Amino acid sequence: MRKHLFNVGAILQGLGITFKYMFVKRPTIEYPSIKKQHAPRFHGLHELRRYADGKERCIGCELCSSACPANAITVIGAENTPDDRVSPGERHAASYEIDELRCIFCGLCEEACPTDAIVLTPRFEMADYRRGAFVYSKDRLLVPSDAGVGTPPDERPNGIPADLGRVAEVKSTMNVDRGYSATHRGEVLKTERKGLAG
Amino acid sequence: MLIVLVKSAILLLVVVTTFAYAMLFERKILGWMQLRPGPNRVGPWGLLQPAADAAKLILKEDLTPKTADPLIYRLAPFISLLTAFAVYAIIPFGANGDGSPWAIGDVNAGILFLLAISSIGVYGISLGGWASGSKFPLLGAVRGTAQMISYELSMSLSFVGVLMLAGTTSLTGIVNAQERVWFLIPQALGFIIYVITAVAETNRTPFDLVEAETELVGGFHTEYSGLRFGSFFIAEYVNMLTVSCIATLLFLGGWNAPFGLTFLPGLGWFVLKVGAFMFFYMWLRATLPRFRYDRLMTFGWKVLLPIATLNLVATAAWVALH
Repeated sequence: MRKHLFNVGAILQGLGITFKYMFVKRPTIEYPSIKKQHAPRFHGLHELRRYADGKERCIGCELCSSACPANAITVIGAENTPDDRVSPGERHAASYEIDELRCIFCGLCEEACPTDAIVLTPRFEMADYRRGAFVYSKDRLLVPSDAGVGTPPDERPNGIPADLGRVAEVKSTMNVDRGYSATHRGEVLKTERKGLAG
Repeated sequence: MLIVLVKSAILLLVVVTTFAYAMLFERKILGWMQLRPGPNRVGPWGLLQPAADAAKLILKEDLTPKTADPLIYRLAPFISLLTAFAVYAIIPFGANGDGSPWAIGDVNAGILFLLAISSIGVYGISLGGWASGSKFPLLGAVRGTAQMISYELSMSLSFVGVLMLAGTTSLTGIVNAQERVWFLIPQALGFIIYVITAVAETNRTPFDLVEAETELVGGFHTEYSGLRFGSFFIAEYVNMLTVSCIATLLFLGGWNAPFGLTFLPGLGWFVLKVGAFMFFYMWLRATLPRFRYDRLMTFGWKVLLPIATLNLVATAAWVALH
Protein backbone atom coordinates (compact mmCIF):
# COMPACT_ATOMS: atom_id res chain seq x y z
CA MET A 1 0.00 0.00 0.00
CA ARG A 2 2.79 2.41 0.92
CA LYS A 3 4.53 1.58 -2.36
CA HIS A 4 1.36 2.49 -4.27
CA LEU A 5 1.16 5.82 -2.48
CA PHE A 6 4.73 6.57 -3.50
CA ASN A 7 3.67 5.87 -7.06
CA VAL A 8 0.99 8.52 -6.76
CA GLY A 9 3.71 10.92 -5.69
CA ALA A 10 5.74 9.98 -8.75
CA ILE A 11 2.79 10.62 -11.04
CA LEU A 12 2.23 14.04 -9.50
CA GLN A 13 5.93 14.80 -9.87
CA GLY A 14 5.75 13.78 -13.52
CA LEU A 15 2.72 15.99 -14.09
CA GLY A 16 4.65 18.85 -12.51
CA ILE A 17 7.57 18.34 -14.86
CA THR A 18 5.44 18.25 -18.00
CA PHE A 19 3.54 21.33 -16.86
CA LYS A 20 6.77 23.19 -16.22
CA TYR A 21 8.06 22.33 -19.67
CA MET A 22 5.04 24.04 -21.26
CA PHE A 23 6.66 27.34 -20.36
CA VAL A 24 10.27 26.51 -21.16
CA LYS A 25 11.68 28.27 -24.20
CA ARG A 26 11.59 25.88 -27.15
CA PRO A 27 14.82 25.32 -29.06
CA THR A 28 13.01 24.84 -32.38
CA ILE A 29 14.39 26.78 -35.33
CA GLU A 30 11.56 27.08 -37.85
CA TYR A 31 13.81 26.16 -40.71
CA PRO A 32 12.52 27.39 -44.04
CA SER A 33 11.89 30.86 -42.66
CA ILE A 34 14.76 30.99 -40.18
CA LYS A 35 18.08 29.29 -40.71
CA LYS A 36 20.51 27.99 -38.20
CA GLN A 37 23.88 29.61 -37.97
CA HIS A 38 26.49 27.18 -39.23
CA ALA A 39 29.98 26.61 -38.09
CA PRO A 40 32.26 29.07 -39.88
CA ARG A 41 33.82 26.32 -41.96
CA PHE A 42 30.58 24.62 -42.96
CA HIS A 43 31.01 22.49 -46.06
CA GLY A 44 28.31 23.24 -48.60
CA LEU A 45 28.03 23.87 -52.32
CA HIS A 46 31.28 24.54 -54.18
CA GLU A 47 32.34 27.81 -55.72
CA LEU A 48 35.07 28.63 -58.23
CA ARG A 49 36.73 31.93 -57.38
CA ARG A 50 38.34 34.66 -59.48
CA TYR A 51 41.21 37.08 -59.06
CA ALA A 52 40.51 40.75 -58.58
CA ASP A 53 41.19 41.40 -62.28
CA GLY A 54 38.40 39.00 -63.22
CA LYS A 55 40.68 36.13 -64.28
CA GLU A 56 39.76 32.66 -63.09
CA ARG A 57 41.87 31.18 -60.34
CA CYS A 58 41.53 27.63 -61.63
CA ILE A 59 44.56 26.51 -63.64
CA GLY A 60 43.09 23.20 -64.72
CA CYS A 61 45.68 21.10 -62.84
CA GLU A 62 43.12 18.44 -61.85
CA LEU A 63 44.56 18.10 -58.33
CA CYS A 64 41.05 18.47 -56.90
CA SER A 65 39.83 15.72 -59.17
CA SER A 66 42.53 13.33 -58.02
CA ALA A 67 42.07 14.31 -54.37
CA CYS A 68 38.35 13.69 -54.53
CA PRO A 69 37.52 10.44 -52.69
CA ALA A 70 34.13 10.20 -54.37
CA ASN A 71 35.29 10.85 -57.93
CA ALA A 72 32.80 13.66 -58.16
CA ILE A 73 35.01 16.19 -59.97
CA THR A 74 35.81 16.12 -63.66
CA VAL A 75 38.22 18.73 -64.96
CA ILE A 76 39.31 19.12 -68.57
CA GLY A 77 42.20 21.52 -68.86
CA ALA A 78 43.21 23.63 -71.85
CA GLU A 79 46.11 25.92 -72.77
CA ASN A 80 45.71 29.66 -72.43
CA THR A 81 46.38 31.53 -75.66
CA PRO A 82 47.80 35.08 -75.74
CA ASP A 83 44.52 36.54 -77.08
CA ASP A 84 42.28 34.58 -74.74
CA ARG A 85 43.78 34.44 -71.25
CA VAL A 86 41.23 32.84 -68.93
CA SER A 87 43.60 32.41 -66.00
CA PRO A 88 46.96 33.98 -65.17
CA GLY A 89 48.89 30.73 -65.60
CA GLU A 90 49.59 28.62 -68.66
CA ARG A 91 46.46 26.52 -68.44
CA HIS A 92 42.83 26.93 -67.43
CA ALA A 93 39.84 24.66 -66.96
CA ALA A 94 37.95 24.33 -70.21
CA SER A 95 35.33 22.29 -68.45
CA TYR A 96 34.85 21.87 -64.71
CA GLU A 97 32.03 19.63 -63.46
CA ILE A 98 31.10 18.52 -59.98
CA ASP A 99 28.44 15.87 -59.46
CA GLU A 100 26.91 17.07 -56.19
CA LEU A 101 25.10 13.77 -55.76
CA ARG A 102 28.45 11.96 -55.54
CA CYS A 103 30.13 14.67 -53.50
CA ILE A 104 30.54 13.90 -49.80
CA PHE A 105 31.45 17.50 -48.91
CA CYS A 106 34.71 16.49 -47.29
CA GLY A 107 36.57 19.56 -48.46
CA LEU A 108 39.62 17.70 -49.78
CA CYS A 109 39.32 19.53 -53.12
CA GLU A 110 39.58 22.80 -51.28
CA GLU A 111 42.71 21.60 -49.48
CA ALA A 112 44.27 20.21 -52.63
CA CYS A 113 43.78 23.35 -54.71
CA PRO A 114 47.12 25.21 -55.11
CA THR A 115 45.45 28.49 -56.06
CA ASP A 116 42.45 28.46 -53.64
CA ALA A 117 40.18 28.39 -56.67
CA ILE A 118 37.67 25.80 -55.49
CA VAL A 119 36.11 26.53 -52.10
CA LEU A 120 33.12 25.18 -50.25
CA THR A 121 30.46 27.75 -49.43
CA PRO A 122 27.88 27.40 -46.63
CA ARG A 123 25.07 27.07 -49.18
CA PHE A 124 23.31 23.77 -48.67
CA GLU A 125 19.87 24.13 -50.29
CA MET A 126 20.49 22.30 -53.55
CA ALA A 127 17.32 20.21 -53.84
CA ASP A 128 15.99 19.64 -57.34
CA TYR A 129 13.54 17.38 -59.12
CA ARG A 130 15.94 16.25 -61.85
CA ARG A 131 19.05 14.15 -61.33
CA GLY A 132 20.84 15.97 -64.11
CA ALA A 133 20.50 19.24 -62.25
CA PHE A 134 22.96 18.04 -59.65
CA VAL A 135 25.86 17.99 -62.06
CA TYR A 136 27.16 21.51 -61.62
CA SER A 137 29.23 22.81 -64.50
CA LYS A 138 31.39 25.89 -64.65
CA ASP A 139 28.51 28.22 -65.46
CA ARG A 140 26.98 27.54 -62.06
CA LEU A 141 30.16 27.04 -60.04
CA LEU A 142 32.09 30.09 -61.13
CA VAL A 143 31.50 33.36 -59.34
CA PRO A 144 29.83 35.65 -61.91
CA SER A 145 32.28 38.25 -63.17
CA ASP A 146 30.12 41.09 -61.83
CA ALA A 147 29.80 39.49 -58.37
CA GLY A 148 33.32 40.01 -57.13
CA VAL A 149 35.93 37.37 -56.56
CA GLY A 150 34.19 35.04 -54.08
CA THR A 151 35.09 34.85 -50.43
CA PRO A 152 37.94 32.67 -49.26
CA PRO A 153 36.86 30.44 -46.38
CA ASP A 154 39.41 32.18 -44.14
CA GLU A 155 37.44 35.40 -44.33
CA ARG A 156 33.92 34.12 -43.90
CA PRO A 157 33.26 35.13 -40.32
CA ASN A 158 29.63 34.29 -39.77
CA GLY A 159 29.22 31.13 -41.71
CA ILE A 160 26.23 32.24 -43.75
CA PRO A 161 26.21 34.60 -46.74
CA ALA A 162 23.81 37.49 -46.25
CA ASP A 163 21.52 36.37 -49.09
CA LEU A 164 20.59 33.13 -47.34
CA GLY A 165 17.96 34.94 -45.26
CA ARG A 166 17.12 35.29 -41.58
CA VAL A 167 19.49 33.54 -39.27
CA ALA A 168 18.49 32.20 -35.88
CA GLU A 169 20.56 33.34 -32.95
CA VAL A 170 21.70 30.05 -31.56
CA LYS A 171 24.42 29.74 -29.01
CA SER A 172 27.24 27.99 -30.75
CA THR A 173 30.08 26.09 -29.17
CA MET A 174 32.33 27.98 -31.51
CA ASN A 175 33.17 31.64 -31.28
CA VAL A 176 31.58 32.81 -34.50
CA ASP A 177 32.96 36.34 -34.30
CA ARG A 178 36.46 34.99 -34.54
CA GLY A 179 35.18 32.98 -37.43
CA TYR A 180 37.51 30.71 -39.30
CA SER A 181 40.39 31.41 -36.95
CA ALA A 182 38.43 29.82 -34.14
CA THR A 183 39.42 26.39 -35.36
CA HIS A 184 42.89 25.00 -35.13
CA ARG A 185 42.96 23.97 -38.77
CA GLY A 186 41.89 27.43 -39.78
CA GLU A 187 44.78 28.92 -37.84
CA VAL A 188 47.24 26.56 -39.53
CA LEU A 189 45.86 27.16 -43.01
CA LYS A 190 45.87 30.90 -42.52
CA THR A 191 49.59 30.99 -41.83
CA GLU A 192 50.53 28.40 -44.42
CA ARG A 193 48.59 29.98 -47.24
CA LYS A 194 49.14 33.62 -46.44
CA GLY A 195 50.56 34.33 -49.87
CA LEU A 196 47.47 33.11 -51.66
CA ALA A 197 44.67 34.51 -49.48
CA GLY A 198 42.64 37.46 -50.68
CA MET B 1 -40.26 19.00 -33.07
CA LEU B 2 -38.69 21.60 -35.33
CA ILE B 3 -37.12 23.33 -32.35
CA VAL B 4 -35.56 20.07 -31.23
CA LEU B 5 -34.15 19.53 -34.72
CA VAL B 6 -32.67 23.01 -34.83
CA LYS B 7 -31.24 22.58 -31.35
CA SER B 8 -29.73 19.24 -32.33
CA ALA B 9 -28.18 20.69 -35.47
CA ILE B 10 -26.62 23.56 -33.53
CA LEU B 11 -25.37 21.23 -30.83
CA LEU B 12 -23.85 18.85 -33.37
CA LEU B 13 -22.07 21.75 -34.99
CA VAL B 14 -20.75 22.95 -31.65
CA VAL B 15 -19.60 19.48 -30.63
CA VAL B 16 -17.87 18.80 -33.94
CA THR B 17 -16.13 22.17 -33.87
CA THR B 18 -15.07 21.55 -30.29
CA PHE B 19 -13.73 18.18 -31.37
CA ALA B 20 -11.72 19.76 -34.17
CA TYR B 21 -10.15 22.33 -31.91
CA ALA B 22 -9.69 19.91 -29.01
CA MET B 23 -7.60 17.87 -31.39
CA LEU B 24 -5.57 20.89 -32.43
CA PHE B 25 -5.02 22.03 -28.86
CA GLU B 26 -4.08 18.55 -27.79
CA ARG B 27 -1.37 18.52 -30.43
CA LYS B 28 -0.32 22.01 -29.42
CA ILE B 29 -0.18 21.18 -25.73
CA LEU B 30 1.64 17.92 -26.35
CA GLY B 31 4.07 19.88 -28.47
CA TRP B 32 4.68 22.51 -25.81
CA MET B 33 5.20 19.92 -23.13
CA GLN B 34 7.71 18.15 -25.37
CA LEU B 35 9.52 21.39 -26.26
CA ARG B 36 8.06 21.52 -29.77
CA PRO B 37 5.96 24.33 -31.23
CA GLY B 38 3.13 22.01 -32.32
CA PRO B 39 1.22 22.45 -35.59
CA ASN B 40 1.78 26.00 -36.81
CA ARG B 41 1.96 25.81 -40.60
CA VAL B 42 -1.73 25.99 -41.59
CA GLY B 43 -3.17 29.42 -40.93
CA PRO B 44 -2.13 31.71 -38.08
CA TRP B 45 -0.86 29.61 -35.11
CA GLY B 46 -2.00 26.55 -37.04
CA LEU B 47 -5.65 27.43 -36.43
CA LEU B 48 -6.74 26.01 -39.79
CA GLN B 49 -5.09 22.66 -39.10
CA PRO B 50 -8.42 20.91 -38.33
CA ALA B 51 -9.75 21.93 -41.76
CA ALA B 52 -6.64 20.59 -43.44
CA ASP B 53 -6.92 17.35 -41.48
CA ALA B 54 -10.57 16.97 -42.41
CA ALA B 55 -9.82 17.52 -46.09
CA LYS B 56 -7.06 14.95 -45.88
CA LEU B 57 -9.28 12.37 -44.19
CA ILE B 58 -12.04 12.85 -46.76
CA LEU B 59 -9.65 12.47 -49.69
CA LYS B 60 -7.97 9.31 -48.37
CA GLU B 61 -8.72 6.01 -50.01
CA ASP B 62 -11.39 3.95 -48.25
CA LEU B 63 -10.03 0.44 -47.88
CA THR B 64 -11.88 -2.70 -46.85
CA PRO B 65 -9.73 -5.79 -46.26
CA LYS B 66 -10.71 -8.91 -48.20
CA THR B 67 -11.10 -10.85 -44.97
CA ALA B 68 -13.39 -8.26 -43.37
CA ASP B 69 -17.07 -8.78 -42.74
CA PRO B 70 -18.27 -6.01 -45.04
CA LEU B 71 -21.53 -5.09 -43.32
CA ILE B 72 -20.27 -5.02 -39.74
CA TYR B 73 -16.98 -3.46 -40.83
CA ARG B 74 -18.95 -0.54 -42.25
CA LEU B 75 -21.40 -0.43 -39.35
CA ALA B 76 -18.87 -0.24 -36.50
CA PRO B 77 -17.66 3.35 -37.04
CA PHE B 78 -21.28 4.50 -37.12
CA ILE B 79 -22.04 2.80 -33.81
CA SER B 80 -19.05 4.58 -32.26
CA LEU B 81 -20.03 7.92 -33.73
CA LEU B 82 -23.72 7.59 -32.99
CA THR B 83 -23.28 6.66 -29.35
CA ALA B 84 -20.71 9.40 -28.91
CA PHE B 85 -23.15 12.02 -30.20
CA ALA B 86 -26.33 10.54 -28.70
CA VAL B 87 -25.22 11.43 -25.18
CA TYR B 88 -25.47 15.13 -25.99
CA ALA B 89 -29.24 14.77 -26.27
CA ILE B 90 -29.51 14.95 -22.48
CA ILE B 91 -26.49 16.89 -21.29
CA PRO B 92 -27.58 20.25 -19.87
CA PHE B 93 -25.16 23.14 -20.43
CA GLY B 94 -26.84 25.74 -18.27
CA ALA B 95 -30.16 26.71 -16.78
CA ASN B 96 -32.75 29.43 -17.30
CA GLY B 97 -33.90 31.57 -14.42
CA ASP B 98 -36.85 29.26 -13.76
CA GLY B 99 -34.54 26.25 -13.39
CA SER B 100 -35.33 24.65 -16.76
CA PRO B 101 -32.09 23.33 -18.28
CA TRP B 102 -30.46 24.24 -21.58
CA ALA B 103 -30.60 20.81 -23.09
CA ILE B 104 -32.30 19.08 -25.97
CA GLY B 105 -34.09 16.66 -23.69
CA ASP B 106 -34.47 16.94 -19.92
CA VAL B 107 -34.53 13.29 -18.91
CA ASN B 108 -35.26 12.57 -15.28
CA ALA B 109 -33.09 9.45 -15.41
CA GLY B 110 -30.27 11.26 -17.19
CA ILE B 111 -27.43 9.34 -15.58
CA LEU B 112 -28.93 5.98 -16.46
CA PHE B 113 -29.31 7.09 -20.08
CA LEU B 114 -25.66 8.16 -20.06
CA LEU B 115 -24.48 4.83 -18.74
CA ALA B 116 -26.67 2.92 -21.16
CA ILE B 117 -25.43 4.82 -24.18
CA SER B 118 -21.77 4.68 -23.19
CA SER B 119 -22.12 0.92 -22.70
CA ILE B 120 -23.29 0.60 -26.30
CA GLY B 121 -20.19 2.53 -27.35
CA VAL B 122 -18.02 -0.49 -26.65
CA TYR B 123 -19.74 -2.30 -29.51
CA GLY B 124 -18.21 0.12 -31.99
CA ILE B 125 -14.75 -0.89 -30.86
CA SER B 126 -15.33 -4.62 -30.42
CA LEU B 127 -17.28 -5.06 -33.65
CA GLY B 128 -14.88 -2.88 -35.60
CA GLY B 129 -11.91 -4.89 -34.41
CA TRP B 130 -13.59 -8.21 -34.91
CA ALA B 131 -15.03 -7.44 -38.35
CA SER B 132 -11.67 -6.27 -39.69
CA GLY B 133 -10.63 -9.92 -40.07
CA SER B 134 -7.09 -9.18 -39.04
CA LYS B 135 -5.11 -10.07 -35.93
CA PHE B 136 -4.09 -6.71 -34.50
CA PRO B 137 -7.57 -5.20 -34.62
CA LEU B 138 -8.93 -8.34 -33.01
CA LEU B 139 -6.43 -8.14 -30.16
CA GLY B 140 -7.21 -4.46 -29.71
CA ALA B 141 -10.92 -5.13 -29.69
CA VAL B 142 -10.63 -7.92 -27.13
CA ARG B 143 -8.53 -5.72 -24.88
CA GLY B 144 -10.88 -2.80 -25.35
CA THR B 145 -13.96 -4.78 -24.52
CA ALA B 146 -12.44 -6.23 -21.37
CA GLN B 147 -11.05 -2.87 -20.31
CA MET B 148 -14.19 -0.86 -20.91
CA ILE B 149 -16.43 -3.35 -19.16
CA SER B 150 -14.11 -3.63 -16.14
CA TYR B 151 -13.73 0.08 -15.68
CA GLU B 152 -17.35 0.87 -16.31
CA LEU B 153 -18.15 -0.98 -13.11
CA SER B 154 -16.03 1.28 -10.92
CA MET B 155 -17.26 4.29 -12.88
CA SER B 156 -20.91 3.48 -12.21
CA LEU B 157 -20.12 2.94 -8.53
CA SER B 158 -18.49 6.36 -8.36
CA PHE B 159 -21.71 7.80 -9.83
CA VAL B 160 -23.85 6.16 -7.18
CA GLY B 161 -22.19 8.13 -4.38
CA VAL B 162 -23.18 11.36 -6.14
CA LEU B 163 -26.69 10.07 -6.80
CA MET B 164 -27.19 9.30 -3.12
CA LEU B 165 -26.03 12.74 -2.05
CA ALA B 166 -28.18 14.48 -4.66
CA GLY B 167 -31.16 12.19 -4.23
CA THR B 168 -31.97 12.32 -7.95
CA THR B 169 -30.82 10.79 -11.23
CA SER B 170 -31.65 13.92 -13.23
CA LEU B 171 -28.50 15.74 -14.32
CA THR B 172 -30.18 19.11 -13.75
CA GLY B 173 -31.18 17.99 -10.29
CA ILE B 174 -27.64 16.91 -9.50
CA VAL B 175 -26.22 20.26 -10.58
CA ASN B 176 -28.86 22.12 -8.55
CA ALA B 177 -27.94 20.03 -5.51
CA GLN B 178 -24.38 21.37 -5.80
CA GLU B 179 -25.35 25.01 -5.47
CA ARG B 180 -23.84 25.26 -1.98
CA VAL B 181 -20.94 22.80 -2.18
CA TRP B 182 -19.59 20.86 -5.13
CA PHE B 183 -19.71 17.08 -4.84
CA LEU B 184 -15.97 17.18 -5.47
CA ILE B 185 -15.55 17.83 -1.73
CA PRO B 186 -17.78 15.17 -0.10
CA GLN B 187 -17.05 12.75 -2.94
CA ALA B 188 -13.30 13.38 -3.35
CA LEU B 189 -12.56 9.67 -3.51
CA GLY B 190 -15.40 9.16 -5.97
CA PHE B 191 -14.01 11.97 -8.11
CA ILE B 192 -10.55 10.40 -8.21
CA ILE B 193 -12.08 7.06 -9.17
CA TYR B 194 -14.18 8.77 -11.81
CA VAL B 195 -11.19 10.55 -13.34
CA ILE B 196 -9.20 7.31 -13.59
CA THR B 197 -12.07 5.28 -14.99
CA ALA B 198 -13.03 8.06 -17.38
CA VAL B 199 -9.56 7.96 -18.91
CA ALA B 200 -9.84 4.19 -19.20
CA GLU B 201 -13.37 4.38 -20.64
CA THR B 202 -12.30 6.69 -23.43
CA ASN B 203 -9.20 4.57 -24.14
CA ARG B 204 -6.76 7.38 -23.66
CA THR B 205 -3.17 7.28 -22.43
CA PRO B 206 -2.16 5.76 -19.99
CA PHE B 207 -5.03 3.35 -20.67
CA ASP B 208 -4.86 3.36 -24.46
CA LEU B 209 -4.25 -0.38 -24.74
CA VAL B 210 -7.00 -0.57 -27.33
CA GLU B 211 -4.83 1.34 -29.76
CA ALA B 212 -1.37 0.70 -28.30
CA GLU B 213 0.47 1.70 -31.46
CA THR B 214 3.76 0.30 -30.21
CA GLU B 215 2.35 -3.23 -29.85
CA LEU B 216 -0.81 -3.43 -31.93
CA VAL B 217 -0.04 -1.13 -34.89
CA GLY B 218 -3.27 0.85 -34.52
CA GLY B 219 -5.33 -1.50 -32.40
CA PHE B 220 -8.97 -1.89 -33.32
CA HIS B 221 -8.81 0.67 -36.14
CA THR B 222 -5.67 -0.70 -37.84
CA GLU B 223 -7.56 -1.61 -41.02
CA TYR B 224 -9.70 1.52 -41.17
CA SER B 225 -8.80 4.44 -43.35
CA GLY B 226 -10.28 7.67 -44.60
CA LEU B 227 -13.56 8.81 -43.15
CA ARG B 228 -14.22 5.50 -41.41
CA PHE B 229 -11.06 5.96 -39.41
CA GLY B 230 -12.12 9.56 -38.99
CA SER B 231 -15.39 8.42 -37.41
CA PHE B 232 -13.50 6.49 -34.73
CA PHE B 233 -11.25 9.46 -34.27
CA ILE B 234 -14.16 11.86 -33.84
CA ALA B 235 -15.87 9.41 -31.49
CA GLU B 236 -12.77 9.24 -29.29
CA TYR B 237 -12.57 12.99 -28.89
CA VAL B 238 -16.31 13.46 -28.50
CA ASN B 239 -16.22 10.82 -25.77
CA MET B 240 -13.45 12.78 -24.10
CA LEU B 241 -15.65 15.83 -24.23
CA THR B 242 -18.56 13.81 -22.86
CA VAL B 243 -16.71 12.52 -19.82
CA SER B 244 -15.43 16.05 -19.21
CA CYS B 245 -19.03 17.28 -19.28
CA ILE B 246 -20.10 14.52 -16.90
CA ALA B 247 -17.25 15.30 -14.52
CA THR B 248 -18.35 18.92 -14.59
CA LEU B 249 -22.00 18.09 -14.01
CA LEU B 250 -21.50 15.47 -11.33
CA PHE B 251 -18.49 16.67 -9.38
CA LEU B 252 -17.54 20.22 -10.35
CA GLY B 253 -20.90 21.90 -9.82
CA GLY B 254 -21.97 22.17 -13.47
CA TRP B 255 -22.82 25.77 -14.33
CA ASN B 256 -22.72 26.92 -10.69
CA ALA B 257 -20.12 29.61 -10.18
CA PRO B 258 -17.54 28.84 -7.46
CA PHE B 259 -17.29 31.14 -4.40
CA GLY B 260 -20.15 33.27 -5.73
CA LEU B 261 -18.02 34.55 -8.63
CA THR B 262 -20.98 35.29 -10.88
CA PHE B 263 -19.28 37.74 -13.24
CA LEU B 264 -19.24 34.90 -15.79
CA PRO B 265 -22.57 33.47 -16.91
CA GLY B 266 -23.33 29.86 -16.01
CA LEU B 267 -22.47 28.63 -19.48
CA GLY B 268 -19.07 30.33 -19.20
CA TRP B 269 -18.26 28.47 -16.01
CA PHE B 270 -19.45 25.23 -17.56
CA VAL B 271 -17.19 25.69 -20.58
CA LEU B 272 -14.29 26.68 -18.35
CA LYS B 273 -14.62 23.58 -16.20
CA VAL B 274 -14.99 21.27 -19.19
CA GLY B 275 -11.96 22.94 -20.76
CA ALA B 276 -9.90 22.45 -17.62
CA PHE B 277 -10.84 18.79 -17.53
CA MET B 278 -9.95 18.36 -21.21
CA PHE B 279 -6.62 20.02 -20.54
CA PHE B 280 -6.01 17.57 -17.70
CA TYR B 281 -6.61 14.75 -20.17
CA MET B 282 -3.99 16.07 -22.57
CA TRP B 283 -1.62 16.80 -19.72
CA LEU B 284 -1.93 13.20 -18.60
CA ARG B 285 -1.19 12.00 -22.11
CA ALA B 286 1.97 14.05 -22.24
CA THR B 287 3.11 12.67 -18.90
CA LEU B 288 2.30 9.02 -18.42
CA PRO B 289 3.42 5.94 -20.34
CA ARG B 290 1.01 3.13 -21.16
CA PHE B 291 0.00 0.56 -18.54
CA ARG B 292 0.90 -3.06 -18.96
CA TYR B 293 -2.27 -4.98 -19.76
CA ASP B 294 -2.27 -7.35 -16.76
CA ARG B 295 -1.59 -4.42 -14.44
CA LEU B 296 -4.48 -2.53 -15.96
CA MET B 297 -6.80 -5.41 -15.13
CA THR B 298 -5.32 -5.90 -11.65
CA PHE B 299 -5.69 -2.20 -10.97
CA GLY B 300 -9.26 -2.13 -12.19
CA TRP B 301 -10.52 -5.15 -10.31
CA LYS B 302 -8.31 -5.32 -7.22
CA VAL B 303 -7.77 -1.64 -6.44
CA LEU B 304 -10.42 0.56 -8.04
CA LEU B 305 -13.42 -1.68 -7.53
CA PRO B 306 -12.85 -2.28 -3.78
CA ILE B 307 -12.16 1.41 -3.19
CA ALA B 308 -15.25 2.39 -5.16
CA THR B 309 -17.35 -0.06 -3.15
CA LEU B 310 -15.90 1.26 0.08
CA ASN B 311 -16.68 4.80 -0.99
CA LEU B 312 -20.22 3.73 -1.84
CA VAL B 313 -20.76 2.06 1.56
CA ALA B 314 -19.30 5.03 3.42
CA THR B 315 -21.50 7.48 1.49
CA ALA B 316 -24.56 5.32 2.06
CA ALA B 317 -23.84 5.22 5.80
CA TRP B 318 -23.33 8.98 5.91
CA VAL B 319 -26.56 9.65 4.01
CA ALA B 320 -28.48 7.21 6.21
CA LEU B 321 -27.19 8.80 9.44
CA HIS B 322 -28.02 12.38 8.42
